Amino acid sequence: MTLTIRDLCVARGGVPILEGLSFSLAPGQALILRGPNGAGKTTLLRTLAGLQPPLSGQIDGAEEQIAYSGHSDGLKSMLSVTENLTFWADVFGQRDIAPAIAAFSLEGLKDRLAGTLSAGQKRRLGLARMLVTGRPIWVMDEPTVSLDVDAVAQFAKAVQGHLHAGGAALIATHIDLHLEADMLDVTPYRAALDLRAGASDEAFL
Amino acid sequence: MRALLTRDLMLAFRAGGGFGLGLAFFLIVTVLVPFGVGPNSELLSRIAPGILWLGALLACLLSLDRLLALDWEDGTLDLLATSPLPLEAALSIKALAHWITTGLPLVLAAPVLGILLNLPTPGYTWLVLSLLLGTPALSVIGTFGAALTVGVKRGGLLMSLLVLPLYVPTLIFGAEAARRGATGMDTTTSLLMLAGITAGVIAIMPFASAAALRVNLR
Repeated sequence: MTLTIRDLCVARGGVPILEGLSFSLAPGQALILRGPNGAGKTTLLRTLAGLQPPLSGQIDGAEEQIAYSGHSDGLKSMLSVTENLTFWADVFGQRDIAPAIAAFSLEGLKDRLAGTLSAGQKRRLGLARMLVTGRPIWVMDEPTVSLDVDAVAQFAKAVQGHLHAGGAALIATHIDLHLEADMLDVTPYRAALDLRAGASDEAFL
Repeated sequence: MRALLTRDLMLAFRAGGGFGLGLAFFLIVTVLVPFGVGPNSELLSRIAPGILWLGALLACLLSLDRLLALDWEDGTLDLLATSPLPLEAALSIKALAHWITTGLPLVLAAPVLGILLNLPTPGYTWLVLSLLLGTPALSVIGTFGAALTVGVKRGGLLMSLLVLPLYVPTLIFGAEAARRGATGMDTTTSLLMLAGITAGVIAIMPFASAAALRVNLR
């Protein structure tokens, strides 16, 4: 299913950040989001994931299709790696967590509590979660933070596999993943200043 | 949904999960009250149902802080909101898990602590029954309070202020049922009112909680 975005305007705290954004994401396609800090990449991704409503514009094909991965991984430090993954697999109605464990080489850490993992290992577990969602569109916000070179390669391989299986991925990152992906720089879509002034009332509503 | 319930229960029982926090508070309150009001067993008998109910309510309030805040901090709430599980269902399950780890132990401990307060013998059944009917409402209303204040740093005080007025009806009818039972009067009306309040909040509150949480997740 193709994700289509038409003339989207997203806001943070009632202030428009990006406007006039239009693109589409077909199965098997990856799109890398670029832009300086504070440009609105996270806001855009959260809007697409359905965590906040867009100010205007249309999002088609996102309903129940998107697996979202944000800055934090949603891991419970007192649960083991297997328990964490099994929980998310159950929530998304999936059964098998073995491929996810293998894809991010977590075999040796299976029974460790998530709280005792290093930052990079936690991130790998958080990314393995995407594999157990079974959702076709991956929306990921800075997925490579605190990953080493090998883990980044593993991640790129996992994304590649997902694309080959007919999935799509929308990734905000500054690292070159060596993927055949289109780039989208959000800087030109920055919302105009007068628009911000006009919407200032909104913050008080 | 079962996965969320088992996970929440598992987390509560593991180290640092907060299971027993409410129970310990309940125990402390009921043990200290006789020292505070003096060794007049007649007076203790008279105030026992009220003290036990108040203790249970405050113990419940104490543990509400952690109900959603921990899941908010580690990003679980964001991911749950984007999962196939409806937020209303997820919050109902979390309220249920809270009741099993906080409300139910209070119900079970109340008769034992009733002895400390010299609760009259006929009162035990009614005390347990009223707590059993009333504490689910405390968990469900508490979930609403937690959802309202989830993004607020140190939101415990704000949440207490928001939740306490909503607890008043449950406290009035719960303590009334326990008091009437202890003095041998008819308890039907208070118990029915209590059950009605609980059934009502279980039906309506999850929608309010989910709406509040959606706004807070933005």
